[in-house]
Amino acid sequence: MTISNKQMTKEMIEKTVTSLSREDVIGNKVITSKWEPKLQYAWDNGPAIGRYLAELKNGKLIAKKCRKCNRIMIPPRMFCELCWRPTDEWVYVKDSGTVNTFVISHVDWKAGRLDIKGGVRPFTPAVIEIDGASEGMGILHMIDEIDPQKIKIGMKVKAIWKKPAEREGAITDILYFKPR
Amino acid sequence: MSHRRVAVVGAGMTKFVRFAKETPGELAYQAGKMALESCEMDISQIDSVSIGSAPDAFDGFHMKGEMLAEPSGGWRKPVMRNYVGGGTGVMSIIHGWQHVASGLFDTCLVVCEEKMSSAFPHPAGAFLTIFDHTTEQPIKPTLLWIFAIEMNRFMHVHGYKKEEIALVAVKNKKNALDHPAAQLGAEITVKDVLNSEIMAWPVNRLDVSPTSDGAVAIVLAAEHIARRVTEKPVWVDGVGWTLDSAYWCTRDLYYPDYVEVAARKAYEMAGIKEPSKEIHIAEPYDPFTYKELHHLEGLMLCPRGGSVKMLLDGVTQRNGNLPVCPSGGLLGVGNPISAAGLMKVAEIFWQLRGEAGKRQVPGNPKCGVAQAWGDLMQVGTVVVMRN
Repeated sequence: MTISNKQMTKEMIEKTVTSLSREDVIGNKVITSKWEPKLQYAWDNGPAIGRYLAELKNGKLIAKKCRKCNRIMIPPRMFCELCWRPTDEWVYVKDSGTVNTFVISHVDWKAGRLDIKGGVRPFTPAVIEIDGASEGMGILHMIDEIDPQKIKIGMKVKAIWKKPAEREGAITDILYFKPR
Repeated sequence: MSHRRVAVVGAGMTKFVRFAKETPGELAYQAGKMALESCEMDISQIDSVSIGSAPDAFDGFHMKGEMLAEPSGGWRKPVMRNYVGGGTGVMSIIHGWQHVASGLFDTCLVVCEEKMSSAFPHPAGAFLTIFDHTTEQPIKPTLLWIFAIEMNRFMHVHGYKKEEIALVAVKNKKNALDHPAAQLGAEITVKDVLNSEIMAWPVNRLDVSPTSDGAVAIVLAAEHIARRVTEKPVWVDGVGWTLDSAYWCTRDLYYPDYVEVAARKAYEMAGIKEPSKEIHIAEPYDPFTYKELHHLEGLMLCPRGGSVKMLLDGVTQRNGNLPVCPSGGLLGVGNPISAAGLMKVAEIFWQLRGEAGKRQVPGNPKCGVAQAWGDLMQVGTVVVMRN
């Protein structure tokens, strides 16, 4: 019976991978096969988010309450994930809130760089605790109409909406939140 | 709870690189083969295979587990794949542990593979679809944002400064210089981190781990097999995992409750009462600098708000009282998502066997913890190992 196990060496590891450069891959220096998917989806949103979207179109934010834990939850949901029971009444909440945390982003969703030096304003997404919902209940949205460097955690903000005719029942019916 | 004792008896890994020529299957095979050779076992002695791999979106291939089954030695064997985002690597050893601890199988080959480089223009784009399609995706979020959002909250609550947190990058990239598989080992300074490109304040370029290709594998065996295979089995003494709410904007992100819940389960199983005294070495998940500190607090290896002091005092250096990420972590070795988590497990294995070479921490450590994190800041996976 052998119990003298082998130890991993640098030489062993070096042989495991052939390291390429970006140019090798995108410049066809090695043979690659490429595919650009153009898949399309239509997402049903269910009764809870469906109502949320319909109310956004009306320029209102709506939440749902669980009578067991007494939380007023936004976005609304048909069941309480903590109590694991159906939620109860619909509750309108305010379109204002408090910045819980935020980011000053120089990149877009695919890590593309924004032209900050060229004058493009950094994206400033934030978690905004909504007034009228339970404490700490936030949503993700953008902050604007303020110098990004002046945004502070704890800052009071309010929603700026699209014009009623332009709303489509989407979270983007709120353009952004601004200091109040 | 009744279960069999399980040991890690072998480990292997590929080099981590930004662009590997090898296919995902070829990477998985290299790691699996090296793990088996390290303990002089043959694939015929493997009863089951556990595969970990993160989003199919990286590969653009929706049968990833099936594609990886044969390269991972799974032909006509019971194979299962698990995926909990960044938590996958440490979930995989827990998954394999269940196979063996339950008594269903005597051995399990655990293989984690990730090839992120296939996605263009940047694999970060593949993360858009982890966000809620109706309430969040229209805002066009990127994964960097949720880390930056969490880091800002963490700094705000504890009063931590960026120049303090930057020391994690300095430490881990330096540690990685001694890792033969590392992608980004380097001697850098706090100034380099602070002066590196702003990605999403408070996150700078050098606060972030790279995108990587690579694979890691370990061999698990029940006690009666383990003792025949090696003189130095490393026992999996505690496992724990948990998922917090996917409504991530509803949780106070300054503290990773999900890590604490998972750690408590793992510590209870391992009989650990005072983690900061009984654990000698830690590999918490460090995809971003602040994450190492955030997770050290969640693992209860320091008081809440005490992780920066530990860092500044040198406690987490390789020669400190509690070496943290002696491997070099994700920041230094690289971050092929699932493989990065299992790399941490492999590091604890090598450290507890005294086989970590230049990375070996002094003092013959007896007990180590590896931890990973994932999904929408909601998954905690924790494993406690002893020699």
